Amino acid sequence: MEEETRPVGKVLVIGGGVAGVQASLDLAYNGFKTYLVESRDAIGGTMAQLDKTFPTNDCSMCILSPKLVETGSNPNIELLTRSKIVKLEGSSPHFKVTVRTEPRYVDFALCKGCGDCSQACPVTLPNEYEEKLGTKKAISRRYEQAVPSTFGITKWETSPCKAACPLHVNAHGYIALVHKGEYEKALALVREKNPFPAITGRICTRPCEKACTRLSLDENIAIDALKRFLADKEIANGTLWDPECAKDNGKKVAIIGSGPAGLLCAFDLRVKGYEVSVFEKKNQFGGLLRYGIPAYRLPREILDREIDMLRRMGIQFFSSHEIKGEDTIRILRRQYDAVLLATGAWKSKKMNIPGESLPGVHGAIEFLEQINEGTLPPLHGKIAIVGGGNAAMDCARSVLRLGASESHILYRRTKQEMPANPEEIEEAILEGVRFHFLTNPIEIQQDSFGYKVMLQQMSLGEPDESGRRRPIPIPGAMQDLYFDTVIMAISQETTPEDFPLIDSEKGLYVADRKTMETSFLGVFAGGDNILGPATFIEAMACGRKAAISIDRYCNHEEIDLGREGEDPFEIKAHLDLSQVIPIPQQKTAIRIPSRLQNDMSEVNLGLTEEKAKTESGRCLNCGGCAECMECVKACESHAILHDMVAKEQVLDVGAVIVASGFEESDASHYAQYGLGIFPNVVTSTQFERILSASGPYGGVITRPGDKKHPKKIAWLQCIGSRDTEHPYCSSVCCMYATKEAVIAREHSKEVEATIFYIDIRAFGKEFDQYIERAKQEYGVRFVKSRIASVSEMQDGSLQLTYEDDAGVLHRDVFELVVLSVGLASTEENCQLAKTLHIQTNNYGMIESKEFHPNETNQPGIFAAGSISGPKDIPESVTEGSAAACMASAILHEERGKEVTIKAYPPEINVIGDKPRIGVFVCYCGLNIGGYLDVEEVAQYISRLPNVVYAETNLYTCSSDTQAKIRDKIKEHQLNRVVVASCTPRTHEPLFQETIREAGLNRNLFELANIRDQDSWVHQTKRKEATEKAKYLVKSAVYRVMNRKPLTIQLMPITRKGLVIGGGFAGLQSALSLAEQGFPTYLIEKEKYLGGNGLHVHYLEENPTVGESLQQLIQKVLNHPKIEVYRDSAIQSIEGYVGNFKTTLQDGKTLEHGVIVVATGGLESKTTAYGYGLSHQIITGRELEAMIHYNKWPNPKSVAFIQCVESRDDHHPYCSRICCQEAVKNSLLIKNLSPTTEVYILNRDIRTYGYHELLYKKAREKGVVTVRFEKNRKPNVFFKGGNVAISVYDSLLHREIELCPDILVLSTGISPNPDNVELAKKLKVPLTQDGFFLEAHAKLRPVDFATDGIFLAGLSHSPRNIEETITQARAAAGKACIILSKAGIEAGGKIAYVNNRNCSGCGSCEEICPYQAITLVNHSKSTPLQRVAEVNASLCKGCGSCASACRSNAIDVEGFSNDEISQAVDALLEPM
Amino acid sequence: MDEFEPKVIGFLCNWCSYAGADLAGVSRFQYPPNVRIIRVPCSGRMNPLFILKALQNGADAVLVSGCHPGDCHYQTGNYYTRRRLEVFYRMLQFAGVPKERVTLAWVSASEGAQFATLIKEVVEKVKPLGPNQSFSRDFSDLEAYANESDRSSE
Repeated sequence: MEEETRPVGKVLVIGGGVAGVQASLDLAYNGFKTYLVESRDAIGGTMAQLDKTFPTNDCSMCILSPKLVETGSNPNIELLTRSKIVKLEGSSPHFKVTVRTEPRYVDFALCKGCGDCSQACPVTLPNEYEEKLGTKKAISRRYEQAVPSTFGITKWETSPCKAACPLHVNAHGYIALVHKGEYEKALALVREKNPFPAITGRICTRPCEKACTRLSLDENIAIDALKRFLADKEIANGTLWDPECAKDNGKKVAIIGSGPAGLLCAFDLRVKGYEVSVFEKKNQFGGLLRYGIPAYRLPREILDREIDMLRRMGIQFFSSHEIKGEDTIRILRRQYDAVLLATGAWKSKKMNIPGESLPGVHGAIEFLEQINEGTLPPLHGKIAIVGGGNAAMDCARSVLRLGASESHILYRRTKQEMPANPEEIEEAILEGVRFHFLTNPIEIQQDSFGYKVMLQQMSLGEPDESGRRRPIPIPGAMQDLYFDTVIMAISQETTPEDFPLIDSEKGLYVADRKTMETSFLGVFAGGDNILGPATFIEAMACGRKAAISIDRYCNHEEIDLGREGEDPFEIKAHLDLSQVIPIPQQKTAIRIPSRLQNDMSEVNLGLTEEKAKTESGRCLNCGGCAECMECVKACESHAILHDMVAKEQVLDVGAVIVASGFEESDASHYAQYGLGIFPNVVTSTQFERILSASGPYGGVITRPGDKKHPKKIAWLQCIGSRDTEHPYCSSVCCMYATKEAVIAREHSKEVEATIFYIDIRAFGKEFDQYIERAKQEYGVRFVKSRIASVSEMQDGSLQLTYEDDAGVLHRDVFELVVLSVGLASTEENCQLAKTLHIQTNNYGMIESKEFHPNETNQPGIFAAGSISGPKDIPESVTEGSAAACMASAILHEERGKEVTIKAYPPEINVIGDKPRIGVFVCYCGLNIGGYLDVEEVAQYISRLPNVVYAETNLYTCSSDTQAKIRDKIKEHQLNRVVVASCTPRTHEPLFQETIREAGLNRNLFELANIRDQDSWVHQTKRKEATEKAKYLVKSAVYRVMNRKPLTIQLMPITRKGLVIGGGFAGLQSALSLAEQGFPTYLIEKEKYLGGNGLHVHYLEENPTVGESLQQLIQKVLNHPKIEVYRDSAIQSIEGYVGNFKTTLQDGKTLEHGVIVVATGGLESKTTAYGYGLSHQIITGRELEAMIHYNKWPNPKSVAFIQCVESRDDHHPYCSRICCQEAVKNSLLIKNLSPTTEVYILNRDIRTYGYHELLYKKAREKGVVTVRFEKNRKPNVFFKGGNVAISVYDSLLHREIELCPDILVLSTGISPNPDNVELAKKLKVPLTQDGFFLEAHAKLRPVDFATDGIFLAGLSHSPRNIEETITQARAAAGKACIILSKAGIEAGGKIAYVNNRNCSGCGSCEEICPYQAITLVNHSKSTPLQRVAEVNASLCKGCGSCASACRSNAIDVEGFSNDEISQAVDALLEPM
Repeated sequence: MDEFEPKVIGFLCNWCSYAGADLAGVSRFQYPPNVRIIRVPCSGRMNPLFILKALQNGADAVLVSGCHPGDCHYQTGNYYTRRRLEVFYRMLQFAGVPKERVTLAWVSASEGAQFATLIKEVVEKVKPLGPNQSFSRDFSDLEAYANESDRSSE
């Protein structure tokens, strides 16, 4: 029972973007097992796609990638990629979540991430990571630095061409291989299913081409012609194909008939080791291939060549052996283990019309047979052929070659319905065959003029079962035509009387359609004789089925088990063709002889290599992976498993964090901007990829349409934001567009950047300064206008039409247009919300209650990042930490219970021992071994001093090699290990772990990077690469030689928190720390708790702030783990992370391990605009108080002036919240008295996110906004004792005058002046504006660079109450990570001081960015000598101090002066 | 005679430039094999003495590369390097070592192609200078000079 009530100490995080990654890391470090579920192949989210980040212009990938690696290698984070949540049951803190993982087709454990598979893959698909500006292979990684680095295959469905082929020849696969120029591999792939490519490539009826997805766009891929191209190429090369056959199995099979069915069955069985005999009644082999198809279509040498191949395999052919009748088959059955009847259908069907048996009326089959046997008497005159199939075309074209003067086709439907191949029809027309459509013979009479064919005229009705329109006779419409010969090419039938013991009906043998078994045991039938007249490829499919059945029959196996997949199946293509550009099909060359008579040489000449390449490039790869298996062949570690299947698992978790992000608003919705129509209109994310050095254009600004380098670029703001569908503001677009413009200017000074905006919303920390720099330093032009339309010019440039401030219409041409698309919810997120039973708002984003940011309506399920509304990176990171903090609070009792802590053997003491180095050199499959001589490197290294063992491995990172390394350490008493393989950035931890498991200290390891920085970059220089590898490994050996074991020491922690400041931020931080179980001190300098919150009364229009604040204060005061010190000031703070000592003014000392700074800010004081001169002029806060305390006089008119003491020269920052406050207050005024006129005088209205909805509401209620410029501020004066304002309205371009009863000044937020003193005490930095400076603007928004100190609320930068609560939780959560550690880790690769050399000059102290160095007294005996001391808990090992030291007194472990010098020696010493 | 192939020692910071060099590898961007790389935690770790040591030991050129200004993993390390190298260049000039032999460049983790180009440039830049003999251990000239000055002072 007790077990049931205990929470589960595991958390599920959904979404691997930066919010989810942060939440997962925080949770794992906080002692909770975490599952991170990501629907894509890799984590990283949108941030991984960005080039740079604002406002610091940091490289996005540079700062994100280490975090991703950290996540991927954390033992307590389990990554579930390609996974989705399908079910959630239970409630907090006992959820049961079902997760479905789609197959990746690559084994995580075996994939080394080398990329050989991707190089071998012939299929190129659009790359979503590159926003479809680039391509990727069907087996690929999302991006090069992806975590996990395991490759994955993109499989959609079986490609329609492959599905439609009765033999399931992998057309998609060989087309892709042709495109890659891998002709031999392509041909081999054809032959896996079809051993007769040369024949098939000429005469197949091509069901594959009829299924081709391209048909619905332009023309199908010429699949058959490509197959023929491959076969012809082999013939031209003069190579013969001899398929491998299994050892003779001693079983014998007789095949009667050498047509396609018989030949394929013979082939399949011979390959399996059967002794196969083929009996043919004619004197040559091939059946109807030879006797039904004219030589100009299928040259006899082609046919003979592929039959010869069968002969070489050892199949025995017996010609002129007619096998007929009951007895023969009984005898045959006794001599052979099985018999196949593949006798075909050799009888032309009759129309059953009068006159059909006249001497000049022939059946097509018999007629063709005579032609091909050469027994046909010479022809003359006009000949009619009745029918529209290939046989009809063959007859019509043959008769012209045999002396007929005219050849006429009579067909009852139209050209469109003709079953013959279109090329056949076209060629027949070119050769002079005449066509009579919609006519059907009803009688043939012979008279003195010849044969009179009486024709019924037809019309087309509704489609019949075949999908073709049914011909309907037109009553009374008749026509008579005279011919010398009439050929009936209607259809064929078989001769069942040959084998009477086998069931027959409708002129066909009866055999099971799945297994080809007949009523006679051991006798199988296949081909036209059971199907009726079928196609060549269908007949072959029958032959294959029969072969499978015969094999099973001979081995006494179940014949019909699991045979369903053998027939062609239908596939619905699901590719978006709207973006595909039509390209005409490449046509084969044809040769129409000027004189047809007796010319039987081939008409169709096939495709040239060039055309084949172009044609294969038209393939849309609609199946994704082509399953050509080239990757399987290329993968040396056998990691690829094409038959992997989806997997579902149920996870027990105590809490869930939803962080599955956003997607761009679909800008192609807005046709006026031309996205998807004009190639040179791109989205902002596409532009990020264009800018990225690793993007599709290598960081050179290029426009997609024509790959030209645009000079004039325009950004259009608010696309898919602030409109009817997405009425909110997307918060980030103004900044990212400005950043993109700045970076574009950095890339090329020639670029002219223009941003068309409505309001510039630069409301975040340091944002406004960034906009100013963009304007001033980078010359980015900002134009206030919403673009009406975009149209394309002839050269691909784009003309924008817009109205300026003054209403004047402008037209301007830009070479590239970037749409700053907004952030929207995804279909997937809406589905996820349903699965998790959580509420979303009108826009599909997760909704939180007021004052409960990041909470959902489901207890225990939290939201982080843009899933609940548009957020930038630091906000997402903060929310990730805040959500993790809330989840930890629920589960804190279970902390550490579900995580694994590894036990290691005791460390071997190596100090004083002579170095014994073991070196392991990696082949990395062919990645290293293919480009340099790995053996030679190992040989060389084995001769170096102190190297006692050296070996080579195929994959040094494989788990069996890890075991081997551990064994070798024992066997050779190795005390240092060097691995020469890939990059230490990804693989060093793995090998360090391995040697640690063998009892060696982690530091006794060095990795030589001979792959990423050698074999891969010198692929054509084997000798030089080998030599370089020797040097690099030698350098590693030299470096590791004198290494000392380094230990990480755990220093004790005082597991208590200290929070400075008792406003919203401080209260929430203290509460969150206490909720996670840590005693916390809260210091407030005032007598009352509440800070600025005491002066805020309304959240939006609701008077709930006071109540919520009081609840929070009560919770804090009543919490047993929180000690509150009011009216207290801090005297001093000493110590460092884990062990701080704070002394209060009254002398009391508090000991604690962490500090949260939450000292708040102030409403700016002002004397501007006549403040203080009249009771009519008040601040925003005073206004709110008047309303709250019912002192509001309900005046006739009110005016707000924004940006008072903000965005000016003294306060260059934006105070972020004044616009939302002014909008809120104007609504409050309107609620009290709707007739009061309200004016907001502003520079931009910065109501970001959902605040935009309030702004919209205010406008609807009649609040008027007046815009003024920074340098033309409003003028406030007194007119008749009353306040008056004159302001130049920059939109109306005229001066206006207002006489409000009350003027409200929206004064901004100022930093707390106490920050200066406190910063000194904490030794942490302030920004120029006087707010505290966090460690990293993007990824460490609530941390200081100094460990153990965190910040939240207005002390960080201006923000509203809900944002403050989130930040406070994030800061507390981060602080808890430290408090829940076993100890503070000190030591490792950090700086150390040699006191004897130290002169105490203090250079190092000054330079250290982490305050890790202090000058201390050397000793008691020499009190005047000061020396540097490194705080091991704070040092990060950057080494700046060591290079600054003038007396060589300070050095860095792992990168010491000596070690680097030795590396230099090693790299330069002659060999 | 074979063309002169300069020996280049590259000191790359772990977080940006070393990662950029790795990316060049992953992307298979080919560059001349003349460069041999030493990984350092931060370009701020670069004591100019390491450069001097490399030149003394026979390197024909030295490359120091770190994160772009503002991107330093350790916040400020690359700024110090930039300043130190500025002074160091003056010293090199004094010692008669052409400036082309020592390159300071910023390469980020996403600039694989740029890294390959950089190496090509460094190699091309040094080739015309021929082998580095500025710090050759042959002190005969110096001794001759010393003897001469000894004599003249007599």
